[in-house]
Amino acid sequence: MPRVVFREAAYALGGESVLDCLTTRGLAVPNSCRIGVCQSCLMRAVRGTVPEKAQTGLTRTMRARNLFLACQCFPTQDLEVALADDVIERIGAKVSAIELLNDEIRGVRLRPSSPLEYHAGQFVRLFMDAQTSRNYSLASVPSLDEDLMLHVRRVPGGRVSGWIFECVQPGDNVTISEAFGDCFYVPGKPDQDILLLGTGCGLAPLYGIARDALNSGHRGRIHLYHGSRDACGLYLIEQLRQFAATHPNFLYRPCLSEGSSTDGYWSGTPPDLALKDTPDLTGWRVYLCGNPQMVNAARTESFLAGAASSEIFADPFLSTGNPPTQGTNAL
Amino acid sequence: MGLYEDIGGAPAVNAAVDIFYRKVLKDDRIKRFFDDVDMDKQVAKQKAFLTMAFGGPKNYTGLGMREAHARLVKRGLNDSHFDAVVEDLTATLKELKVPDHLIAQIGAICESTRKDVLGR
Repeated sequence: MPRVVFREAAYALGGESVLDCLTTRGLAVPNSCRIGVCQSCLMRAVRGTVPEKAQTGLTRTMRARNLFLACQCFPTQDLEVALADDVIERIGAKVSAIELLNDEIRGVRLRPSSPLEYHAGQFVRLFMDAQTSRNYSLASVPSLDEDLMLHVRRVPGGRVSGWIFECVQPGDNVTISEAFGDCFYVPGKPDQDILLLGTGCGLAPLYGIARDALNSGHRGRIHLYHGSRDACGLYLIEQLRQFAATHPNFLYRPCLSEGSSTDGYWSGTPPDLALKDTPDLTGWRVYLCGNPQMVNAARTESFLAGAASSEIFADPFLSTGNPPTQGTNAL
Repeated sequence: MGLYEDIGGAPAVNAAVDIFYRKVLKDDRIKRFFDDVDMDKQVAKQKAFLTMAFGGPKNYTGLGMREAHARLVKRGLNDSHFDAVVEDLTATLKELKVPDHLIAQIGAICESTRKDVLGR
């Protein structure tokens, strides 16, 4: 009889779903429809093989993270599981460098003490102490960069960003979580066009995704629109212009939402400018990162412009709490 | 074989959901009811609705339908909006070349929820 392992205890499965097995024993697993539709009971396989049926309807990035629907999961072998967003691993890392990306954003390079499995565009939780942590997106690419790279924006009154700006020095040891998040490049459709829209340090995951895609030999168009109020809020401009100069399929548009357009910049928000350039997004894959209002509006706009709902990956940066913040540094 | 199997089960739901939801969001008669919702959650809800409408495994109850729509009824949801949604669904199914007799069965399932959705 297969067993399901959850929070260091093993439970025998008698033909019921993982969700039923855990909830009938009084363990709290979020759930609602219990027929594989609502995705409330999303869990993650830590060890063992997930039956294919338990991943029906999940995006490719969710499958790649071994997420599955507990209500549809009937394992035939032992399976160790966790809640989708449970931190089950903490890893030590040494700060190898801190760089100024612009007035309010620092690039923090970290060297983990043991290899971290991740995709560019995912995020890690960085712990200031046992209770206080924030999520930061990864701008680094595992196959290209030895270090992890985070882009940290100084949030006014922000505890963790204030600590990073004022206290953290190269050589310090910090603690991070494993990588989370569904906003990352997956190979397999090298000719699909990709649209990347971000504001502020929402560039971090997009920068990682773009470099990952280009490095993987992606042949479709890759269009990156990075927006800020004014030119001071943008960064990595020269590196991105360099990518555009060396990769014919890569387009970079630095966007300014206030003031008139100046040489080399475009006037408007990333979604507005992108949809003006490409009104029909049928068949495109879309990544949205940064300001939550921009992300949520752009999600609907790109869907209405023809992008499939399963091909839109969004990472709204909330200012505190669980969801993410930022990514990393230059080449 | 039931309706749900005839129409193709979960893959049919997945094929229909984007076409249907795009019609709803572009429909001037009803789009205002969706302007403050998180699209990811909506797509999941639309899938649940289509699963029900296609005669799939039921997780809806009349009470659940009432509660879920009470907020919208307060904002003026009425028969004309209900009809608009059914119309958008019918157009979606025609676009997907679903046979007329199955569309009629799906329409009947939708109709059976009218009182609960409109809170009567």
